[in-house]
Amino acid sequence: MNAAATAHARQGRPFWAGRRGTGLLFACPAVFVMLAVGLFPFLWSVVVSFQDVAGANRDGNWVGLANYMKLVGDVRVWSALGRTLLILAVALPLELLLGLLLAMHFQAERPFKRLFVALMVLPAVVSPMVAGSMWRLMFDHKFGPFNQIIAWFAGEPVVLLWTVKQHLAFWAILIAEVWQWTPFMFIILLAALANVDREQLEAAEIDGAGRFRVFFRIMLPAIAPVVGIALLIRALDLFRIFDAVWQLTRGGPGTKTETVSIFMFVRGFQSFETSYTAALVVVLLIALTLAVTLALKRMEIAR
Amino acid sequence: MRRNRPLRAAVWYAVSLIVVGTMMFPIYWMFMVSLKLPEEIFKSPPVWFPSRPQFGNYAALFADGDVWSLWNSLVIAGVSTLIAMALGTLCAYAIVRFKTGGDNLAIWILSQRMLPPIAVVFPIFLAYAFFGLADSFPGLILLYTAFALPYAVWMMRGYLQEVPVELEEAALVDGHSHLSVLWKVTVPMARNGIIATAIFAFVFSWNEFLFALVLTRTEVITFTVQISQYFGSQSTFWAKIAAMSVLGTLPVFIAVSMLQRYLVRGISLGAVKG
Repeated sequence: MNAAATAHARQGRPFWAGRRGTGLLFACPAVFVMLAVGLFPFLWSVVVSFQDVAGANRDGNWVGLANYMKLVGDVRVWSALGRTLLILAVALPLELLLGLLLAMHFQAERPFKRLFVALMVLPAVVSPMVAGSMWRLMFDHKFGPFNQIIAWFAGEPVVLLWTVKQHLAFWAILIAEVWQWTPFMFIILLAALANVDREQLEAAEIDGAGRFRVFFRIMLPAIAPVVGIALLIRALDLFRIFDAVWQLTRGGPGTKTETVSIFMFVRGFQSFETSYTAALVVVLLIALTLAVTLALKRMEIAR
Repeated sequence: MRRNRPLRAAVWYAVSLIVVGTMMFPIYWMFMVSLKLPEEIFKSPPVWFPSRPQFGNYAALFADGDVWSLWNSLVIAGVSTLIAMALGTLCAYAIVRFKTGGDNLAIWILSQRMLPPIAVVFPIFLAYAFFGLADSFPGLILLYTAFALPYAVWMMRGYLQEVPVELEEAALVDGHSHLSVLWKVTVPMARNGIIATAIFAFVFSWNEFLFALVLTRTEVITFTVQISQYFGSQSTFWAKIAAMSVLGTLPVFIAVSMLQRYLVRGISLGAVKG
């Protein structure tokens, strides 16, 4: 079948849909920029990852798969990966749950609702780097208000070193992250809930279905595709978490709050282990591109 | 049931105020710190409202020339957004109307958006060091253009799909070229979507930290990098951090408040039309 016939076979396609040349010409500049900045440097780092470029040794010799072997045996990489996934596993459900509860709460149509919602979303548009600084200030054990507020509830002065002690630092990062991104979940879920078919809800109510039944049988299935996309976006954001951690702890104490991104930054830009970092870049980019592409193809977002 | 109505409303407002208050508190705190006298910032226990609110911390930013970093952010985010919107709209138009690359091109472009910036910037760092593009406007603008492009293409794909084909067909029959149809018919119809997408793309670039941290030294540091430089091993300049954070955040709040209608669509990558 030729291109023109295919074009006519599908509804909604303009008659010139088969003209490939013009389309390619239009798409070319954007694709070229993305390739120039994305693909070519990537290929470069593939080459570098088979060498031993580091610090003063700028030329490098071929070392085969040595960097990749080192990667597999590096405990620090695995613990950074584990920590990143742990943050993801705690923060993501928390953000979803809180976002959903807030979205249910703000379903009500009352005066000032719009103002409340408008204020609620602001954390999500603050620069993550600025948000990290804000929380560093909040958590300061001398002049931050966080310990002060806890002390009111505890009834005695509290000195918790939020950004210094290992377990507290983990929670500090989580609190900052959940504070910033729960509004993201909230605003998306609020819109998704508003789009649920009213007639269906009313019909269920007339039939005498309880609130929980209505929620689990009608609302949840209706917003499921949107929840899926929101979770995908947030999961990938959480996986690359950098700014908040950098501002709060710089990965410390020691390497105890180091995430994958922090690890790569420290190794690549502070200790200049160029080839080693390049190997990690290659592994991560290939794995994530595959994962993301597969996930996107299965989701409705591509429509 | 009826008697409970005022009570239910009161509970609803109480919960709302607590929630909104909690979410706004860190922002409020940063703003208050920016108004405090430098010595008051370090008081323990902290004061919740400055005894003598003053703008000296902001004045210090201007006096020391630190506000240039805001200008750098504006130039880098602004120019790259304009380029990304021009190239992105063209590309989105090809994807929507010419079906260029099918679904695969669209998905590949979106997947570019979702990769970890640190993994993307490391190879670029190597390349820029080689070509001497680091710490320069062209280098940063090129990188931010590539960073904004997937978003621009993806969002414009959604907005252009909503422009009726019939008008374009009519204009084409009248003898206009594809480019002039896009410029004279499609772009005006999709104007709101274009503006919303451009502003969000700008905000994302404006807020970006990691690329700038890696690729700037002294010449073109952005405001986020400037803030990170106030964190020293000896002392941390909270007065400047707070003031600079407020200056960097205020324009974003204003932009987003004006775009409430497009917000959900903008941040959910078009998944929810809002």
